[in-house]
Amino acid sequence: MRKTKNIFQHVDKPLVIIYLMLIFIGWISIYAAVYDDAHKNIYDLSQSYGKQLLWIVTGVFLAIIILAIDGKFFTTLAYPLYAISLILLIAVIFLGVEINASKSWFEIGNFRIQPAEFAKFTTALALAKYLSTFNTKLENLKTKVYSSIIILLPVIIIVLQNDTGSALVYFAFIFVLYREGLSGNWLIVGLIMTALFILALIVNEFILMGSLTLLFLILLYYTPKKKKAIIVISSIYIMSMAFVFAVDYTYDNILQRHQKERIDVLLGREVDLRGAGYNLHQSKIAIGSGGIFGKGFLNGTQTKYNFVPEQSTDFIFCTIGEEWGFVGSVFVIFLFILLLVRLVKLAERQRSTFSRVYGYAVASILFFHIFVNIGMTMGLAPVIGIPLPFISYGGSSMWAFTIMLFIFIKLDAYRLQVL
Amino acid sequence: MKDNYNNRKHVMTTIFIIVGVILALRLFYLQVIDTKYKISAQNNVLRHVTQYPLRGLIYDRNGKLLVYNEASYDLMVVPRQVRELDTLEFCTLLGISEEEFEQKMQRARNFSHFRPSIFERQLSKETYATFQEKLFRFPGFYVQPRTLRKYPNPIAALTLGYIGEVSQSTIDNDPYYRIGDYIGVSGLENTYEKELRGQKGLKIKLVDVHNREQGSYKDGIFDTVPVHGNDLFTTIDMELQAYGELLMSNKKGAIVAIEPSTGEILALVSTPSFDPNILVGSKRSGNFSRLFNDPDKPLFNRALMAQYPPGSAFKMVNALIALNEGVVKPETRIGCARGYHFRGLTVRCHQHPNPTDVVSSIQFSCNAYYCQVFRSILDNNNYKNVEAGFNAWRNYLKSFGLGIRLGTDLPAVGAGNVPTSAYYDKYHGRNRWRSITVISLAIGQGELGITPLQLANMATIIANRGYYYTPHIVKAVGTPDNHNDKFTTKHHTKIDQKHFEPVVEGMFQVMEAGTGRWSRHDSITICGKTGTVQNPHGENHSTFIAFAPKDEPKIAISVFVENSGYGSVWAAPIASLMIEKYLTGKVKRKELEQRMIDGNLMSAQ
Repeated sequence: MRKTKNIFQHVDKPLVIIYLMLIFIGWISIYAAVYDDAHKNIYDLSQSYGKQLLWIVTGVFLAIIILAIDGKFFTTLAYPLYAISLILLIAVIFLGVEINASKSWFEIGNFRIQPAEFAKFTTALALAKYLSTFNTKLENLKTKVYSSIIILLPVIIIVLQNDTGSALVYFAFIFVLYREGLSGNWLIVGLIMTALFILALIVNEFILMGSLTLLFLILLYYTPKKKKAIIVISSIYIMSMAFVFAVDYTYDNILQRHQKERIDVLLGREVDLRGAGYNLHQSKIAIGSGGIFGKGFLNGTQTKYNFVPEQSTDFIFCTIGEEWGFVGSVFVIFLFILLLVRLVKLAERQRSTFSRVYGYAVASILFFHIFVNIGMTMGLAPVIGIPLPFISYGGSSMWAFTIMLFIFIKLDAYRLQVL
Repeated sequence: MKDNYNNRKHVMTTIFIIVGVILALRLFYLQVIDTKYKISAQNNVLRHVTQYPLRGLIYDRNGKLLVYNEASYDLMVVPRQVRELDTLEFCTLLGISEEEFEQKMQRARNFSHFRPSIFERQLSKETYATFQEKLFRFPGFYVQPRTLRKYPNPIAALTLGYIGEVSQSTIDNDPYYRIGDYIGVSGLENTYEKELRGQKGLKIKLVDVHNREQGSYKDGIFDTVPVHGNDLFTTIDMELQAYGELLMSNKKGAIVAIEPSTGEILALVSTPSFDPNILVGSKRSGNFSRLFNDPDKPLFNRALMAQYPPGSAFKMVNALIALNEGVVKPETRIGCARGYHFRGLTVRCHQHPNPTDVVSSIQFSCNAYYCQVFRSILDNNNYKNVEAGFNAWRNYLKSFGLGIRLGTDLPAVGAGNVPTSAYYDKYHGRNRWRSITVISLAIGQGELGITPLQLANMATIIANRGYYYTPHIVKAVGTPDNHNDKFTTKHHTKIDQKHFEPVVEGMFQVMEAGTGRWSRHDSITICGKTGTVQNPHGENHSTFIAFAPKDEPKIAISVFVENSGYGSVWAAPIASLMIEKYLTGKVKRKELEQRMIDGNLMSAQ
């Protein structure tokens, strides 16, 4: 056991540098997105960029506190923190304010806090804690069930808040489970389900079901006539058919109108550029008009003149795309990928299962956010209102992502003290 | 440690990188390959606003304003940018019904979803003022300032002409014009369109999502400033023009007054007339169709287009031709037996001293004299036959500007009608007609059709003793000194100058002691000639031509009054009053003036 002389001593510098770069990019992008001549001062606290700086400064302060806390704290308190966040998630349904039809915000004075953001890392902590306990194996059904419960509890509550976007984020934990031993088939199943889901919506259901049947018969003909193979193929076939039917039924009878519209827009089924398709269309115009080198800082007409909605929060990537062009956008994506790859690398060098699982959880959640957020601004993912980590405007997300990342940085710095 | 899945980190890393590459590829497609988004972004934010130049003003010969501009506002719409709006409030502000709103929107959408079109034209100042304040609540709508023509005096409507929206065929042929632009449709507005219109400017503005202006594009380096149209300085004398229209109230007809020494048109009256201001603004189309359908044809410019037989006013031309051909000498006397009689044909004449020479034949307007003279011209032995004689006569007329289109600067000028020998060949058969067949031409009747402008020009020629400048109406363009030099060519007639004196003397005697003596003026030496045009459809038309003073004439004039009987009763006094007005600046013969103004010959039909 070695004693650390100061709290920054074993902190992973690359991660911290990437983090600082991203929050800086976020800050000036917010400035560019909501810039107007009347408020040129980037420190103006009455404007989003001034407030964002406040979130950044307090976030960094939180990060320092986390680094100062004993590493054991997080393992010990994983379950209690998880429980508290669940309670807050439930409480917000009754005590929160309704924004954009979902009840997921607490309002305290001028500030709003979204518990779902914080539940992400508490869930990660809880899952890490559970998977690091003795005798858990993801090959076992019991472990699978318990892990699922840990993940799905917040999901259910968040769905009840009518915040489907945030709920979907939790499916990123499948990557963590995969790393810890869940069969790769689950990923493949997930992939097939996604493909079938899209096909079920684009293609006529009878044509799709007919094609599936045809495919099934062909496979049946070519596979060796063994009982087991036939059973496997048959059950996959039946499940696929059931899934397609379910998707169709859900889309037609269960989904709410705005959810349908988002899916329609994504699939190119709806082209009402003034209605549901407006956001995506304007967002694509903003990014597309950036060209190779962009229009230059503060010269983005799409964002500056408010053609893109939610431009400082969910659609912040438009500003980057428009003003910094292909070069700037790819640089930001590169930074994110670098962050993810670094997280995986660090997670793998952890001595404790807890730290490793937590590291993967952080990477997976960030990955989901990054892919879906950037993807949705370009029409690659449905518009499900989730922020771009470290970049989007917002106190809750800034704090939550900072805490989430720095807990891992702390765990990583602390790894040498773990036996 | 239970870690058998260490190699799965590679799967994870690979997934992250692949997804990163997918995002980058998508970016590459959107930002580098597909260019449509750049255009869309510009369409979103750039508003090309045409800066309409002020149309040139129009002045009279003394620098008095005839036409000026007044600001007007067209409400424009870009259908694609229109958001949900309070239709009821919008309609109330504009004073239109919701059905009209839908119709107008549909029309705009049919034109283009992305380009602006006119939603409501020429908002009143009051509507504009209230609307302007609420405009920001109606994204997709904006106001385009324009100018309307205004006329301080309600005169010279047809001469000045009007402007109207440019037609599709003009847009197709001339890239200068865009839909909704105004163009001179008639009159001076039409002939001098290129001078008056100026040069449009363009301002490229940045607007935000609510269509609020956010400044100019790239600090305005692509903007162009509109160039003010050139002013027109006309030859019209505003006071004389107004006076002519006043004298002609409730009469159909025309007055044309010309300055003989320059060919400048001093007044160009066509009645019934109308206030040019009614063809401006939102009531335009209603007023236009009312004028268009009026049986008295106020839109028909009688001064330039109407063909009347000139009647006895034409006798001077035949006298001049006869003198020049040598078939008559000034002192040649011809007897009149209450008319001209030839093989049972009679052209009647009235009681007058007998016989007459050239001077007195004009003074008393003797028909017999001119029948004789006309036959001598056509049957002249110098020509091999009547046809040749007729063609020689016709060429003289051409040199007077008769039967041809005078190349003035006004559009839609009639050529009048001087029949050709071919016409008579066709009508009577070749070599089957004689001078006696076409005898009515001798006294200005028959197939002869002469416009008031041509008749005034004829008076000009006699006043100038043999030449004319093409009558025109614009003196200078841009600045008063920038003279219009299109009309500086002297056109000589085929008549020798010396033959004019007896004719001028005859015209002088008309006023002193002839058919025009009731229109004589005490101090001005007017030379004139009455005419009465037989009208098979009703009361005869009265005509009069004159110039004054006799020496160094300052004004030549022709007057036509339809359905008014003898030339001496209406046309001559009107011409005389016009001359007095122009030469002295005021009219002393108040009683005559009042009688002319009050005369109503339109209800008499």
